[in-house]
Amino acid sequence: MMSDPFCEKDPLASPVTDNPWQTLRRFTSARIALGRAGVSLPTQPQLAFQLAHAQARDAVHLALDAEGLQQQLRDAGIPGAADSHILHSAAADRLTYLQRPDWGRRLGEASRQALLAATAADDAAYDIGFVIADGLSALAIANNAVPFLATLQQRIAARGWRQAPLAIVRQGRVAVGDEVGSLLRTRLVVVLIGERPGLSSPDSMGLYISWMPRVGMSDAERNCISNVRPGGMRYEEAAYRLDYLLTEAQQRQLTGVQLKDESAHQVVLDTPAAPASLSFLTPP
Amino acid sequence: MPQFSHTVGPITHQFADLKDLLAKATPLRSGDLLAGVAAQSTEQRVVAQMALAELPLRAFLDHVLVPYETDEITRLIIDEHDAHAFAAISHLTVGDFRNWLLNDATTSDVLAAVAPGITPEMAAAVSKIMRNQDMILVAKKCRVVTAFRDTIGLEGRLATRLQPNHPTDDASGIAASLLDGLLYGCGDAVFGINPATDNVPQVINLVSMMAEIISRYQIPTQSCVLTHVTNTIAAIERGAPVDLVFQSIAGTEAANRSFGIDLALLGEARSAALSLQRGTVGDNVMYFETGQGSALSANAHFGVDQQTCEARAYAVARKFKPLLVNTVVGFIGPEYLYDGKQIIRAGLEDHFCAKLLGLPMGCDVCYTNHAEADQNDMDNLLTLLATAGCNFVMGIPGSDDIMLNYQTTSFHDALYVRRVLGLRPAPEFEAWLQQTQIFSNDALFRLHDGLPPVFGDALRRLA
Repeated sequence: MMSDPFCEKDPLASPVTDNPWQTLRRFTSARIALGRAGVSLPTQPQLAFQLAHAQARDAVHLALDAEGLQQQLRDAGIPGAADSHILHSAAADRLTYLQRPDWGRRLGEASRQALLAATAADDAAYDIGFVIADGLSALAIANNAVPFLATLQQRIAARGWRQAPLAIVRQGRVAVGDEVGSLLRTRLVVVLIGERPGLSSPDSMGLYISWMPRVGMSDAERNCISNVRPGGMRYEEAAYRLDYLLTEAQQRQLTGVQLKDESAHQVVLDTPAAPASLSFLTPP
Repeated sequence: MPQFSHTVGPITHQFADLKDLLAKATPLRSGDLLAGVAAQSTEQRVVAQMALAELPLRAFLDHVLVPYETDEITRLIIDEHDAHAFAAISHLTVGDFRNWLLNDATTSDVLAAVAPGITPEMAAAVSKIMRNQDMILVAKKCRVVTAFRDTIGLEGRLATRLQPNHPTDDASGIAASLLDGLLYGCGDAVFGINPATDNVPQVINLVSMMAEIISRYQIPTQSCVLTHVTNTIAAIERGAPVDLVFQSIAGTEAANRSFGIDLALLGEARSAALSLQRGTVGDNVMYFETGQGSALSANAHFGVDQQTCEARAYAVARKFKPLLVNTVVGFIGPEYLYDGKQIIRAGLEDHFCAKLLGLPMGCDVCYTNHAEADQNDMDNLLTLLATAGCNFVMGIPGSDDIMLNYQTTSFHDALYVRRVLGLRPAPEFEAWLQQTQIFSNDALFRLHDGLPPVFGDALRRLA
């Protein structure tokens, strides 16, 4: 006898209908083949989603332990850590920060004055400065900033660049690095910042590079490397790409759209060609 | 020159000009606070709404918000305004317009006839004095039907965009999400991929891959790669099987320039897609995305509130007869729409205004992790929009976009709302779902409890 394939099996035995295509999970981290209770999400994947969302939310609201980070940077011997600065953007707290991106892009007055005073004593200028900002995920900075900078130093130490004192910025957005960089008188500034947390990546760190940083630069004048974390772009690859961009930027004296195209081209050469337009759904 | 003022008791409230009045009358949202255009008190907001209600609709033809001489969207709105269609409502104030829209005599046919006479600013203005239920009721009366390989927007139907994004555009990764969606009955609006690598060869790969799947399994739907319009034009020139042309659009010429587009470029793209003649039941070849806050984000809002800027983007969309327009309402972040309440209101506003203007509006019911919103807010907005007759929503595995890092509606969510409201897929696609035994034949949205035979071979090859 043919049974109705649309009729659920004995719901007392199992109220969840599994999907017989779980093998497809090998191809993607997307939440596929979750099964269903009726047509709804079964309890287990429903709660797994809630946990991921909770972790991402907590990452957004986690406060950056700037003093602890400063100590770690010193312990790791990162250049510029010894005389590093802890700064605060013009956004007083997280709720303000989330609603006023313009304030997160500027230093608070007290921090600005402090940095001016610190740099007034001499007329030192630098080739490169690193600004570490919490952004939307202090967790990303806590997990990735020190080990990434340590990995990067192995690559760039031999370049002989004069490195500015490190700056750590609370409630900072990417563009705050331009103000810090201009006050520190550095030709290149690299901002390490916590990116908007995703459900599967609450601790992604972004890297933004500006040549001759100054207040009011547009995003098109910057280069970006995204998703730096052990589960995303590994430190070694991110350090390779950043070193490439920094070296190019020094030579060509620019960052932004013109630089981006060529670095992207370079990276394509490093990775095997993607399978064009065929998948298991349409074999040749 | 009308006086933009209103007197309540002993106090006369003054508003600088029409855009100031519109901004002050806008329900509270963080983007207008960020722009410094929002009402300074709750009372001022309602007084502005009262002043706005007394304004004749004609005022929006006499007083443009962004200068005609320097903004091609303003010129589009004014030069292509249909005075004949407007005649039926030309005597109304904004307040009377609300009453007229809600009136029983204002039927779907009446609304369709008047639509070309309504400007975006008129639609935005009346929405500002409407409650959520008003916008739902009127939007539900508006029917906007479009077609390419299936027919979208018919009464009692809801379509879904299948969004099989993958962080590295891996073909099998995309195919896995795509198959998961099909087996849950999703994909009649479009298979739409946001590419991780945004260049022309990649666009051609992805377009070709989806065309092959659509052809192999004879699926009555269309594909789209959500890349810049110039990439799509280049792909067409290189012979790629492009169904729909995608572009993000905004409500001022300057904001569109920041996207690298203008009206002429969109016209060129539409002509290129039309030349391929790939539609079978219709020739709507454009897919536009919009969202409140995009003009402000590009610093190209000219002091106009974000909801009115958004409505002006619909003038751009209307010119090119799109298959789909999608307001990506919660993607932009809390600096523009702070929480679930603001996102829900904005989603209903965008859907209402677009439908009133005659556009096939769908909604990416979505939020980011830095917004004060969660799945419950999305359930609310999805249910409200489906009740309002929204043309389509997104469908993604488990609500989690692993490429764009935000949450939108899932395949399961679409089935929930079909069940609750009895909303069927596009008719051609529904027939395919039944023929392939993905859906049961009884319009009860029951799924096959195993593997429908049509995809058995593909999965067995993997075993």
